[in-house]
Amino acid sequence: MRKFAAEKLEQLLSGISMPVYAPVEDGGTVIYGRYEPGMRLRLDKLGTDRTPKEVLFPQWESLMHFKMEGKKIQLTEEERANEDYVLFGVRACDMQAIRVLDRVFLSDPVDTYYAARREHGTIVGLACDAPGKNCFCKNFGVDPAQPDADVVLWPAGDEYFCEAYTDKGHALLNGWDTLEADECAVTAIKEEIGKKYDALPFAHLNLNGFDGEHLMEKFESPQWKKLSMACLGCGSCTFSCPTCQCYDIRDYDTGNGIQRYRCWDSCMYSDFTLMAHGANRPTQLERYRQRFMHKLVYFPSRNEGMYSCVGCGRCIEKCPMNLHIVKVIRALGEGEKE
Amino acid sequence: MSVSNTGWTPKIVAFCCNWCSYAGADLAGSGRMQYPADVKIIRVPCSCRVNPLFILRAFERGADGVIICGCHPGDCHYTSGNYYARRRMTMLFSLLDYLGIERGRTRVEWVSAAEGAKFAKTMNEFVETVYTLGENRKLRDIRCRK
Amino acid sequence: MKKIKARALSLLADGTVKRVLGWERGEDAFDCSPALFENEAEMERFVYGTCAGANLSKYCVKMGKAEGKTLVILKPCDTLSFRQLLHEHRVERDAFYIIGAGCTGMMDENGLLAKCAACKGKEFAVYDEIIDTEECRLPTGTEKRMEQVEKLENMTAQERFAFWQGELSRCIRCNACRNVCPACTCIKCVFDNPGSGVQSKAPVTDFEENMFHIIRAYHVAGRCTDCGECSRVCPQGIPLHLINRKLIKDMNELYGDYQAGLGDNERTPLTSFTKEDAEPGIIHERGNG
Repeated sequence: MRKFAAEKLEQLLSGISMPVYAPVEDGGTVIYGRYEPGMRLRLDKLGTDRTPKEVLFPQWESLMHFKMEGKKIQLTEEERANEDYVLFGVRACDMQAIRVLDRVFLSDPVDTYYAARREHGTIVGLACDAPGKNCFCKNFGVDPAQPDADVVLWPAGDEYFCEAYTDKGHALLNGWDTLEADECAVTAIKEEIGKKYDALPFAHLNLNGFDGEHLMEKFESPQWKKLSMACLGCGSCTFSCPTCQCYDIRDYDTGNGIQRYRCWDSCMYSDFTLMAHGANRPTQLERYRQRFMHKLVYFPSRNEGMYSCVGCGRCIEKCPMNLHIVKVIRALGEGEKE
Repeated sequence: MSVSNTGWTPKIVAFCCNWCSYAGADLAGSGRMQYPADVKIIRVPCSCRVNPLFILRAFERGADGVIICGCHPGDCHYTSGNYYARRRMTMLFSLLDYLGIERGRTRVEWVSAAEGAKFAKTMNEFVETVYTLGENRKLRDIRCRK
Repeated sequence: MKKIKARALSLLADGTVKRVLGWERGEDAFDCSPALFENEAEMERFVYGTCAGANLSKYCVKMGKAEGKTLVILKPCDTLSFRQLLHEHRVERDAFYIIGAGCTGMMDENGLLAKCAACKGKEFAVYDEIIDTEECRLPTGTEKRMEQVEKLENMTAQERFAFWQGELSRCIRCNACRNVCPACTCIKCVFDNPGSGVQSKAPVTDFEENMFHIIRAYHVAGRCTDCGECSRVCPQGIPLHLINRKLIKDMNELYGDYQAGLGDNERTPLTSFTKEDAEPGIIHERGNG
C-alpha cells in the first residue's frame, strides 16, 4: 500500500507520458476525455454524463473503407489501436461494466477493435468515498470501495492511498513518487464507505428470481405493460449505460467510396434489429422488456450469474420520464421477498 | 469570375423550377451568355418542391453554395408554390445563419423564362460571393472528401 | 392534487372515462412518471405536484386510439400542445376528457425547470374543466423568452458557429428530444427510415449533428408551441429550445405574431402565405453576418 498527497495528483497525471483519459468537463457535462495539464478534474462526479466505456468502445468507429478502382474493389481495413494510454478515475461500477464488456467482446469470436484498445489501456480505479442516492452497485456484487482495476486510489482527505494489482498497474505506479502507507487506514476507509452505502435508498434490492430459472415467469409478467407505458423509446438510458454494448454496422457512401463503420444501437429504437419481415419487437413494451430482461435475466443466465447492470444509477438520472431499472426490479421482484 | 492560383473553384448547386428558371437558364445558354461552369443545375418541378433536406445534402456532399430559383411571385405554374417556398427558404436560411453558416452561401432568386440575362448575372454574382467566402467547411461531411 | 384525484375517481366511477392519464408517484418528491390508471386501486399511486413536468399531450396521440374516453391532466402549457394536435387531426377531441390543472411551476432536483422560467401564462387553450387549486406564483416569462436568442443573433457568425458546435457536439443522438416532442408525430421519422438516405444512429460527424437538429427544429416550425420538453429531456443539457425559439421569433417578426395551439386557424405560418411576404434576402439585412 502506498500513498501520496492529493495536491500532487495533477502533477502525477501530467507526468504520465501516455495519453490520459479522465473525468473532465465538456460544456456542463462530465465525460472521460483526454486530460491535458491545467484541466479541471471532476473526480467528485458520480455517474458521469458519458461513461468510460466510450474509451474502449466509442460511439462510432470506422471499420474499413471500400473504393472502386476500375472494376476492382479496393478494401482498406482500419488500423487497430496501438498506443498505450491510461484510463483514470474509473469507479467500481464502471469497472465492473468493463468486465461485462470483456465478456461480450473478448469471448470467441474476439472483437479485435475492442481487444486492441483494452490491451493498450491501464485503468486506474477510484474508490467511492461518497456513494450517492442513485447508487445500488452492491446489489450486483460490486464493492464501491474496491474497483477491480489495475491500480486503485482511495481518497482520504488531503491524500490518496494507492495500490497496484496487475503488472500494468505496477509499471504505472512505479513511475509515481509515493510513500509507504499503512494497510489499516484503507481498511477503515472501506468500512466507512460500506456504512455510507448501506444508508442509501436503493442499497439493498431484492433480486430473487432474476435468473434463468424464472425466465418465462418474468417475461410474461403483466407488469411490463404498466412499466413501459410512459417509455418514449429514446436511447438516453442505453447510451448513458456503461454496459450497453449493442451496435449496428452501417455503410456510408462518401461519393468516392464506402466507409463501413459501426455505431451504438439501442434496443429502444423501432429499427433495432430490423429484418426484412419487419421488426421482431413491434411495440415499445417488447423493446422495454428486452432491455431489462437482458440486463437482469438473459445475461446472467448465460454468464455464471453476472448481471449486466452494475448499479451506477445513470438511467435513474437520465430517463426523461423517470422510468428506471430500480422500478423494474421492485415491480417484478414483488411477492418473492424472503 | 477569376480563378486564383490555388485553382479552387466553388461548387454551386442551383435548384431551378422547371417552368421559369430552368427555361431562363436555357435562354442564357442559347443566348451565349457566360456564367461559370461551377453551377450545377438541378431541375425541380417547382421551387416549392425543394425539401430542406435537399439543401443540407447538397452541403453535405461538398457544395459551397446553394441557390434556389423559381418563378416570380404571382407567376407560379401551380399558382402559389413559390409563395410557400419563399417563406420556407427564408426560415431555413435564417436558421442556417443562426447556426453560424455564412449567409452568403444561400440565396433565393426569382428568374422568369424570359430572363436569361438575369439568370447569368445572378449566377455570376452568387459564384463571386461564394468564391470570396471560400470553401464550405462548416456544413459538410468530412467523409465525403477524397 | 386532492381535488384532481377526487374528480378523476368520480369520473372513473360514473363511467364518463375509462382511464386516467396522469402521474404516478415514484421514489421521492421529484420522481414521478406519466402513467395510466384504470381503477380506484391503481389511483392510489396517482400524484400531481411540482414533479409533473412532463407534457402528457404526446401520449394522447397513442391513447386516442383506445376504446372509450381517456381523462388527461394537462397544465396550461400542455393544453397548447394538445390543441395543436387537434388542429393537425392527430387526436380526436371526443376521445378525451381534459382536466386543466393549475400549475405553480414545475421543479426537478436543480430547482425550477428552465421551461417554467419562460412560462407562457396560466390560460388553458382547451379543457373540459379547470381545477386550479393554487394561484400561479410565477410571473410569466414571455418578455424574457427571446433574450438568449437575441444574444446569439448579436454574435458574429463565427461566434455563433463556435457556440453551436460546442453545444451540438455533445449530442449522442438518443432521440429523446424528438421522441418527447408533441409536434413530432410522424409515424416513421425520416431519420429512422432506411430508405431516406439520411438514416443514422450516431452523430458520426459534425455535419450529422447539425443536420439532425436543423431538420428536427425546422420540421416543427410553426407547430412548435415552445413547451420546452426538448431541452428538459436532453441528457446532455443541450439548449435545443433556442433553435425552436429562433424560428418562432423569425415567424413572429416576419409573418405576424403567432402562437401554435392558439386560435382556430389551422394554418401555421409555414403552411400559409401572403403576397406581400418579405423576400428571403431579408436575412442578409438583419443582425450580424
